[in-house]
This record gives sequence, structure tokens and C-alpha cells, in this order.
Amino acid sequence: MTTTTRIERHHYDVVVIGAGGAGLRAAIEARLAGKKTAIISKSLFGKAHTVMAEGGAAAAMGNVNPRDSWQVHFRDTMRGGKFLNNFRMAELHAKESPQRIWELETYGALFDRTKDGKISQRNFGGHEYPRLAHVGDRTGLELIRTLQQKIVSLQQEDKAEFGDYEARIKVFSETTITELLLDGDRVAGAFGYYRESGEFVLFETPAVVLATGGVGRSYKVTSNSWEYTGDGHALALRAGATLINMEFLQFHPTGMVWPPSVKGILVTESVRGDGGVLKNSDGKRFMFDYVPDVFRKQYAETEEEADRWYTDPDNNRRPPELLPRDEVARAINSEVKAGRGTPAGGVYLDIASRLPAEEIRRRLPSMYHQFKELADVDITKEPMEVGPTCHYVMGGVEVDPDSGAAAGHVRGLFAAGEVSGGMHGSNRLGGNSLSDLLVFGKRAGGHAASYTDTLASRPKVAVPAVEAAVETALAPLQRDTGESPYTLQQDLQAVMGDLVGIIRREGELADALVRLAELRERVAKVSASGGRRYNPGWHLALDLRNMLVVSECTAKAALERRESRGGHTREDHPTMDPQWRRVNLVCSLEGDTVQLTRKPLPKMRSELITLFDRAELAKYLTDEELAEFDALAEKES
Amino acid sequence: MAERNSPAAGDAAAKRQFRIWRGDDTGGDLQDYMVEVNEGEVVLDVIHRLQATDAPDLACRWNCKAGKCGSCSMEINGKPRLACMTRMSTFEEDETVTVTPLRTFPVIRDLVTDVSFNYEKARETPAFAPPADVAPGDYRMQQVDVERSQEFRKCIECFLCQNVCHVIRDHEENKPAFSGPRFFIRAAELDMHPLDARTDRKQYAQSEMGLGYCNITKCCTEVCPEHIKITDNGIIPMKERVVDRRYDPLVWLGSKIFRRGETPQSSVTSARAAGPAARPNLDGVHSHAGGSHDPQAEAQAQSGVNWHREVPHPTAPAVDERGKLPLTELTFDRAAAPSPFGDDVTFPLPPEHLNFAHPEQDKH
Repeated sequence: MTTTTRIERHHYDVVVIGAGGAGLRAAIEARLAGKKTAIISKSLFGKAHTVMAEGGAAAAMGNVNPRDSWQVHFRDTMRGGKFLNNFRMAELHAKESPQRIWELETYGALFDRTKDGKISQRNFGGHEYPRLAHVGDRTGLELIRTLQQKIVSLQQEDKAEFGDYEARIKVFSETTITELLLDGDRVAGAFGYYRESGEFVLFETPAVVLATGGVGRSYKVTSNSWEYTGDGHALALRAGATLINMEFLQFHPTGMVWPPSVKGILVTESVRGDGGVLKNSDGKRFMFDYVPDVFRKQYAETEEEADRWYTDPDNNRRPPELLPRDEVARAINSEVKAGRGTPAGGVYLDIASRLPAEEIRRRLPSMYHQFKELADVDITKEPMEVGPTCHYVMGGVEVDPDSGAAAGHVRGLFAAGEVSGGMHGSNRLGGNSLSDLLVFGKRAGGHAASYTDTLASRPKVAVPAVEAAVETALAPLQRDTGESPYTLQQDLQAVMGDLVGIIRREGELADALVRLAELRERVAKVSASGGRRYNPGWHLALDLRNMLVVSECTAKAALERRESRGGHTREDHPTMDPQWRRVNLVCSLEGDTVQLTRKPLPKMRSELITLFDRAELAKYLTDEELAEFDALAEKES
Repeated sequence: MAERNSPAAGDAAAKRQFRIWRGDDTGGDLQDYMVEVNEGEVVLDVIHRLQATDAPDLACRWNCKAGKCGSCSMEINGKPRLACMTRMSTFEEDETVTVTPLRTFPVIRDLVTDVSFNYEKARETPAFAPPADVAPGDYRMQQVDVERSQEFRKCIECFLCQNVCHVIRDHEENKPAFSGPRFFIRAAELDMHPLDARTDRKQYAQSEMGLGYCNITKCCTEVCPEHIKITDNGIIPMKERVVDRRYDPLVWLGSKIFRRGETPQSSVTSARAAGPAARPNLDGVHSHAGGSHDPQAEAQAQSGVNWHREVPHPTAPAVDERGKLPLTELTFDRAAAPSPFGDDVTFPLPPEHLNFAHPEQDKH
């Protein structure tokens, strides 16, 4: 093939794939280290999914409660992740996030303030003290805009010095990378296309930082945008890196499933806290049938008692709608699977018949306005249709905690943000993702820059690899016999949503793997109509390959892990197993097939593990580990 | 999902008539589609359905589908809107929905336009200048002071305000000299930032960003999906203070003696609009001669004469670099001449701006 002559070529020291919080922070760091840096953005600059984060960025600054410290934040993070976190990442994150937040103020960020003029911090689930720096409910937007404007300011400095805004840092917007190119085991380049023209582009670079976010588009109901197709996960796998913890996905039990205009948007738990009840299509308030024995004592058995709780919580037991998230999700899942769901595959969340309209508007103003404006749904008049929604993936590229360098057999590849794994263990605390982006974005960018200094020679891109990448990218356009990419995506979403969703069973997971193998055959023959210029069908056809391989990782790891922990719930293994806490499941690619291996978790340093009470550790650790802890405690006393 | 229907809807999904502009920079036309529409859907849902059925290569930008990212800007029945925020229920059952790309920017393909103009203007707007003597972690600001800038930082950069602005809509020739509402509020945001070290934001907006082209028709405010008061809270305060500085000889003298841009409060507007700290409330009307929301001034006016009122200095029109008003009759947006008092002046004028002393009261 002679098409290589038409490929635009660029040379950079560091190429950052992804323009969300982690990618932009990494790029800033690489540019500050003096490296010529490219940012590849799948959408326009400043539109990344980071804008969706509402709550805030967790950092133990102690502005609201001075007793807060990195140690407390570290403990909260480990607890939230059910002790499966990479302890070193949790430690670095807790220690460094305050500096990363303060740094944003020097870039122009304007957080909400305390009375004495410091950054205000709010309470959030799982955080012991008020800890989330925030700007109303648009913290993610503030973060992305601040980083975007910092990059512009660096470009203005370069313009003053070199006469060119893009002398040392350039944003390639609406550009998608389809392949990483290697020279032996070293990263040599990244190949992709411009959405606008469909022309190909080759970045020759010794260092690549992946910051591509998550995988939610593989699910039917998700709060994620179209970009979330697991590109970084798949690029890393194909380049020889490994993924860990891919079985852990965060689902919210009550995302809207209908109408389509708000599908995936989360309905806050306070709707249930304020009296909202869950009903199936028979109109039955079904949660009473799903109270597990361990919770029996704390939860009401009759509707009358449950209803009295809202006004008299001291003398009555809680309504079962307020069971933990995974229990509620399990119950919704069971009702839908038993055929008692709504046509859209959810259940009814009814607050309209429970409180006067005025009261609903007063207590839930943003919920009321959001649904009224986006969907013309009046939650004071009609019940909502809700179901579990895919929200965040804890798993991702296995990295060195300090540098963000990808594990496996590839050098020059780094990862930060949602695409990396380990930091959040089996479950992420709200607010920890924004600070994660900043802490590990900076680290990955800085280490990618210093990695390029260690190279004696620049890795070279091999011509046949480029030709192969061109051929793969053009294939869907040249076939006209295959299926539509939209159909294939719907089928993939159905498999993942129905069989590898929030509640998992061995038989269904095995079934999912069979169906994914069938889908792999069909995706290999996908065809896209139309030309190369801004053709979303073609783009989806290319993304499908990534979604598929990442889904296989999730399904395989979910089948393997025979316990329930955080974002992985197995109905056939409903409890946490201390033996499984010592194991990470690692995915790699051999040829075309996903390989799964077990790898022991790194052991927490003694000064960190002694931050916890023995009673708490006893819930997570094996007897053997507890004995070690006791010996340690004795030595210290 | 597409075949499903809400139980609340009851009946089968209806087919609706859509006209969508298809084409690229070489030309194109409106194409008709009959497409299924279900209850509760927005225009973006319908476009997605079209992509999955009749038009798999229909180009359209979108990301969050929740009104937070500003990607799906387009013109729906001629109005600049976010497709994810435009509910199908706002149209009549038999109404044809016409969807076209943003008109102010060059078309790439179908509904996707080249918005790089905005990113160029962003680069030309000087960035936040951190104070040299404040270390990270030592920034102290009051909530009331940051809120002014926070209003402008709500901007999701959908560029609908840029698209609707008549200075550049159909006026390609104005684009080099005009940054547009999005970047006027960026300048205002930095001007009002309690710790920004630059002091020439307003002058810069006037001399380099083309603030003078704006004649306050408020179209930008009308289309803003974030409901930012672009004109009232951003552009008008910037304009007033620019005018003070540029044409007041006292201020000019003062700026030579003091630091450039740090103006002593000497004119009628600067008493209310000098710096962020001096301004009590931005919610009120903020015009030279618009209605007054100042209770003290109102009270004074009620009781007689406001002797402390400073006489407004005459202001020259904001002209472009050729020394001309940035308008000609040919390109002006109305048939007759503009009001000699300016478009933002409404009558009657607020009483505290008038120095009439009632003869009866004078006797006391």
C-alpha cells in the first residue's frame, strides 16, 4: 500500500492522549519540563467528560475541619476501596492533593470560599471530614476550564518567546488515536485520524501518556459520553501493557432509564431519603421482599412502620428503600429480570404520590429543575423510571504508583486518571476522581518527560506497522457486506448490561463470554457507509474494536473473582473473602485473546497499616495477615 | 430501546418530519426525513436515531447530553440552541423541525462547523496573571467577591452567543477585530477576579478585542443556555468603565499620576462601578441611564435634590481603528437611525440623574 505518503507526520517529545483533567495536567507538566508536547483530544478542546463531575475534588486541606490530615484521607480511601487499593497510590493521592488544588488557584480557578476566605470544603459520602473543594455543582467544569486556560497561558508565553503559540504545546482537537506504534518494546509513535477530514496523522514520539477515561459506552444505561469507549485501555493492551481490576465498575442504583433524553442521568439518593419509594409494574412496593438477614433488625417490615420513620426515626426502623446501594440495585435487577419492570427496563421511583408538590420542589430543587428542563418530566406529578447506571470504571492500566509508567512489557507508556487502575481499589469515593486526575496527571506528565531524557536514541516507527494501521482503519469503509456499527454497539450494550451488569452470576458471565466471542466475529466484519470526512458511523466502527476487548476483560475478571467486593457483586458469592483481597486480576493480550493472571497485592508499609484499628482490619484481612499486624503492634508498643 | 414506548405515552411512536442540512464546504441542502419520535425525547435523541437508521454518516457533535459540555450547538427552526436541551414537546405535532449548522462559522460537514475562530480568540485574550507575592495555598478571597467572576465561569463554551452576535454573523470582515461575547465575559471575569495582577483588562477589551463594536442588542444573553447575564453583568460594566477612562480628562490625568488603569473614583458611574469591591450588587441594572436600583439615591431623589450627584462627563462614541463608528446604514440591523441616546437608555431617566430643584421645596 502506498497510502503512507499521504500521512501527516509530527514529531513530539511527549504525546498525551486525552484532554480531560488528567491529560491536561500531564501535558502542563511535560511542557513545564521543557518538552515539546502534543495533546490529542477526541472532542473539541474543553469538552471532556471531566465537566460532568459535580461534587468536588477531595483534598485534606483542613480548611473546614482542622483535624483533617492526609492520614485520615488515606484511611477513608482504603476503606472505600475495601482495602484492594494500591496503598502507595492512595498514600500519594492523600498527601499531594492539597498542593494540586492550591496550584489550580494560581492558574485562575475560583472555588467557593469559607468565611475566612479559604477554599470551602463540603461533606461527602465516605469522607470523615468536610473535604471536597467545590464550585457549586459544577466543579468539573471549573477544573477543565482552569487547566484549559493554563495551557492557553503557556501558549501565550511561547508566542512571546518563539513567535508561535504552538511552538511547544499543541492541542490536536477532534483527533482519535487508533494504534500505538512500537520499536521493539519501546513506544515509538501514535497513529490516528482527524475527525474533520478523515485524513491520517502519525505522531512520532518516544513517550505517550494515556488519559482517555473510562469504558461506560459498552453499557446500555450510562452517564458517560460517546468518547468513553475504552480506547486507552485497549491501546495499552495492544502495546503489551496490562490492565488490573477490570471487574470493578461503579453503578449507581437509580439512574433514569426513561425518557431517553435523560437516560443515564443520576437520581440522587436523597429522593429516597426524603420519602421516595420503589415500585414494580404491579404497583407493589417491592423492597420489603429484599431485606437481607443481616439488616433485618434495622429495617422496617411493614409499610406503616417504614412511613412513620420519616417523621419519627427514633422509634421506628428505616424503610428498606434506604438499604445500601448494592442491595437496592440487586432488588431492582431481580424485579426487572422477573418481568415486573417498566418497558424501558427499570422500576418506578415514586415521590409524587408521597409528598405535596410544593414540598418536593423545596427539598429537591435541582432534581426538579433538571428533569423539568431536560425532559419535561414533572417529578411532583409522575413517578420516575430508574435502574442501575454505569458510572465509573475502577479498573485500568496497571501502573507504577510513583511514575504512572505502565506495567507489562512496554516502555515509554504512562497512564493517569480513570484509564489507570489501582488507586480506587474496588470502589471509588465521590470526590476522589478529580483529585486523582491532578495528582497522577502531574506525575505521569513529569515522568514521561524525564523518561525521554534517559533515551540514548529515539525509537523509530516501522513503515509496515503504519501501513497495517492504515489498512485496519480503512477496512470498515471498504466493506459493504457487514453489519451497521450502531446495531453492533446496541448488541454489545445488551450483552454487557444484561449479563455483566451490576449483579453477576456465574452462568450469565460464561454466557456473556460466548456472546462476546460471537460479537468479535461480527465486529471484525463491520462496515460503515459514507466517506472519510466527519463520519460518525466510521468512527464508531473503529471504536467497537476497543469496546469489545475491554468488555472481554471485564467479563473474564468478573467470572474469575468469586466474591463480592465494592463494584463487583456476585449473587453466587455474596460476601467478601479475605483471601481474594490479596489478589489482583491482571489482563493482558496474547495475539487476539485476553489472558487473565492472578497477582498478589503489594503489602502495605507498617507505618501505614498501623493507622488502622485492629477491629476494622479484622473485617478485611486473613488470620495470617492479622497475626503479622499483631506482631507489628507489639513491637511498636 | 428505539422501538419502546413509555407506558405513559400509551400509543405507538409517531413519525415526525425533520429537515436537516446535509452537505459540506462545497455546498449542500436541506434533506427531508420522516423519523420516529417518542415521548420525552429531545432533538439530539432524534438525530441519534437518524444516525442509527437512515443516515449513519450524519455528522453532529455531542458529548454529555445533559446540557453541561456545550458541544451540540446548532440552529433549530432558525434559533441557536443546544440539541440536548431542545425538547420535542416544544414543537407542534405537525410542525416540521428544521435543523441547520451554526451560521456564523464555516461548515465542515452537515451539522458540524469549524469553531476554531473561538479558540483563536481565546488565545488572544491575556490569561490570568497570578499575584507575584501570594504563594499557592495563601490565596484568600471572600465568597461575595468570587461570585461575580463565578457567574462568567459557568460558561460551557457552546459558542451560541458568538454565533448569534450580529457583529460577526454574516459579517466575516468584522471577525479579525472582534472577539465576541464569550471573550468579553472572559475579560470581565478576570477584571473582577479579586487577585488578578493585570490592571488593564478593560482597556485591552476596548483596544484589542473590539468591545466597541457591541451595541448591546442582548441577543447573546437571550441564547445563553447557562443564563449568564452576558450584557448586563459583563459587557455593560466593561463598557462604562472603559468610557470613563478613555474620555474623562480628569481620569486621564489621574492615570498619568497614579498607576495606569487604577482609576480614582470621579465620575458618576465609577461610584457604583469602580472596582469589584466597591460594587454592592451586580444583579441590578447596570446602565448609565437605565433604571436605578440604588435605594439611597432613590431616597435622596424623593426628598429633593441630590447635591452629591456628580455630573456625567460627555462621552465620545466608541470608534474603530479607522476613527469611524463600526456600523454603516447598509449593514445596520434596523431601517431607521439609532437612538442618539444609545440603545440601552430607557425613558423616563432615573431621578437621581436629574438636577432639577423644585421651587416649592427650595423655599424651605
